[in-house]
Amino acid sequence: MSDFSSEGYMNMELLRFTTAGSVDDGKSTLIGRLLYDSKQIFEDQLEAIEQRSQQRGFEHVDLSLLTDGLKAEREQGITIDVAYRYFATPKRKFIIADTPGHIQYTRNMVTGASTANAALILVDARKGILEQTIRHSFIASLLQIPHLIICVNKMDLVDYSEEVFSKVVEEYRNLSTKLDIKDVHFLPISALKGDNVVDKSTNMPWYQGTTLMYLLENLHIGSDENHIDCRFPVQYVIRPQQTEYHDFRGYAGRIASGIYKPGDKVKILPSGETAEVKTIELFGEQISEAYAPMSVTMTLDRDVDISRGDMIVRENNVPSMEQEFDVMICWMNANNLQVGGKYAIRHTVKDARCVIKDIRYKVDINSMHRNESDKEIAMNDIARINVKTTVPLYFDSYRKNRHTGSVILIDEATNETVAAGMIV
Amino acid sequence: MIKYHLNHLRELEAEAIYVIRETAAQFERPAMLFSGGKDSIVMTHLARKAFYPARIPFPLLHVDTGHNFPETLVFRDKMVEEIGARLEVRYVQDSIDKGRAREEKGPNASRNVLQTVTLLDALEELKVDAAMGGARRDEEKARAKERFFSHRDEFGQWDPKNQRPELWMLLNGKKHMGEHFRVFPLSNWTEMDVWMYIQLEKIAIPEIYFSHEREIILRDGVLLANSEFIMKKDSDLIETRTVRFRTIGDMTCTGAVESPASTLSEIIDEIAASRVTERGTRHDDKRSETAMEDRKKAGYF
Repeated sequence: MSDFSSEGYMNMELLRFTTAGSVDDGKSTLIGRLLYDSKQIFEDQLEAIEQRSQQRGFEHVDLSLLTDGLKAEREQGITIDVAYRYFATPKRKFIIADTPGHIQYTRNMVTGASTANAALILVDARKGILEQTIRHSFIASLLQIPHLIICVNKMDLVDYSEEVFSKVVEEYRNLSTKLDIKDVHFLPISALKGDNVVDKSTNMPWYQGTTLMYLLENLHIGSDENHIDCRFPVQYVIRPQQTEYHDFRGYAGRIASGIYKPGDKVKILPSGETAEVKTIELFGEQISEAYAPMSVTMTLDRDVDISRGDMIVRENNVPSMEQEFDVMICWMNANNLQVGGKYAIRHTVKDARCVIKDIRYKVDINSMHRNESDKEIAMNDIARINVKTTVPLYFDSYRKNRHTGSVILIDEATNETVAAGMIV
Repeated sequence: MIKYHLNHLRELEAEAIYVIRETAAQFERPAMLFSGGKDSIVMTHLARKAFYPARIPFPLLHVDTGHNFPETLVFRDKMVEEIGARLEVRYVQDSIDKGRAREEKGPNASRNVLQTVTLLDALEELKVDAAMGGARRDEEKARAKERFFSHRDEFGQWDPKNQRPELWMLLNGKKHMGEHFRVFPLSNWTEMDVWMYIQLEKIAIPEIYFSHEREIILRDGVLLANSEFIMKKDSDLIETRTVRFRTIGDMTCTGAVESPASTLSEIIDEIAASRVTERGTRHDDKRSETAMEDRKKAGYF
């Protein structure tokens, strides 16, 4: 952080990425390496892992110990849950959602992927593309992560061979034709030795590309939000009980997509009433243009009946308003999905109930085959289902809008979140 | 600045405001924990922004260990008056007097652990169903696994292996009677983010964050503020040094750092160059490797 500057820090961008890998492909080591080489590991943290490495009889400091959180994880040497890590370079601040790779933890991977701009997938150079690689890539594509970075790791163990790397890339390209991924990058690295992670490797002169850190700092994320379709879900209605603001009615929320300006003609869903945006503000400060993911308070030129869960949109660009639609889900609970079962459904800031009308098919996430006869949807399964809601939802397809195309299902008896859903 | 792209501090601000509004909307009786430390001050500031021009629609709750820095209490009362917030204070001393908690003994005695008893009693008494706290995931390894909306059973306990998955920003605050939630709007902030935001928004913070002369006890590499609350050991060195605090908690376990930094930008430069985490100055975390995880499971923040 020697080149730290206050001014630079104020203008940094935020990039969220998820890491997925199998048990031994060096994911924790890679994260440890990113933190260590970007000088985000502090003396007291380093001391603690040095001590633990010694206790375990390791010769070198085990950087993977940095990412273990809970007691059970340290005892078993595994990652149980999504852990969040933070680091910053002068250009960007990074949030890593570190998710475990074993099959039973698909749900954690989906969780980490849901808010990510990029997914980092590790492939062991010696083993090539495995079932897990396909699974992780499929989840990244299902969750519409805009950028995918395939790190071919452990290049030191294959003599830094270009041939090995090219073979993995070709294998992956064949596989990814079935996937819906916009932007894919390939990097030959060694997390253990540090090749092409932060510093450019001298062991692979044949590789003309960038290091992982450079890529993370320069990925174009400016187009990751939808700035076209105006969607403003009303989260909270502000009505001050103070005499000086007696007539104030503010509609508070986070812009899901699109750009709003004072003077815009808007339509309120579900009432269909129209109004004009009077002000967009936060803490009394006027905002001339509001866009995702800003949290703002909007006032309108006239009194309209608006409550939490309503949506303010543009007159000429409205979302679908339906009570019955198809959703791709990842099931996340030990109790299987019940066809005909009723669940609570949450979409933006709106709560409703729904009934599961049909299971269209289940996806085998290792082969990506659709199975129309298997109707048993258990923990970590991915399926396309049809639901009917008690009231209409105002949504876009997930492909078009991650904020207005996503839902969760909640078990009404246990209150647990049982499924992540992407509206088709 | 790229057009139509928020910088990272504004994005974190937007996220925290969303979480605070969501808490106010989903729960009947939320409360915001206020310790007088910089994180809770930033969180309170965000709550003001979230509901402006209305007042903050929930009370601030301070669990007072009785071992506070006096400067913190002065700051607290002034701030509460200025923003017109409702403040509830509950005292660890009352829990001890009622026999609900037992004072630790010896030179390392701290009321840090006892706070949990007072906190849980206060949440029950005030029927709080969502308690917002300023904890951040970057602070400590057990906190790295926290959700924004973190479910607590009827005993106030955290079950880290059985947390609800949190997808997109669809926060599920549904619960049964007697259960409650802990909510962490600053989850994704780092120490540096908090300081930069304080500077950006010109937020007032207690004086003891800035460099000052103070009598300290040097113990196990930690500089503790000398006070009547700490039982002295023979090996303790008592000296006057120029220090400031990176975190503010109970006087018995909050370590100071030697520092000449007397302005926000000096503090920020110092943190940028620092090679020790802020919790490295906390005596309470040095008790064992799982000190934080164990306390959190029991209902601590």
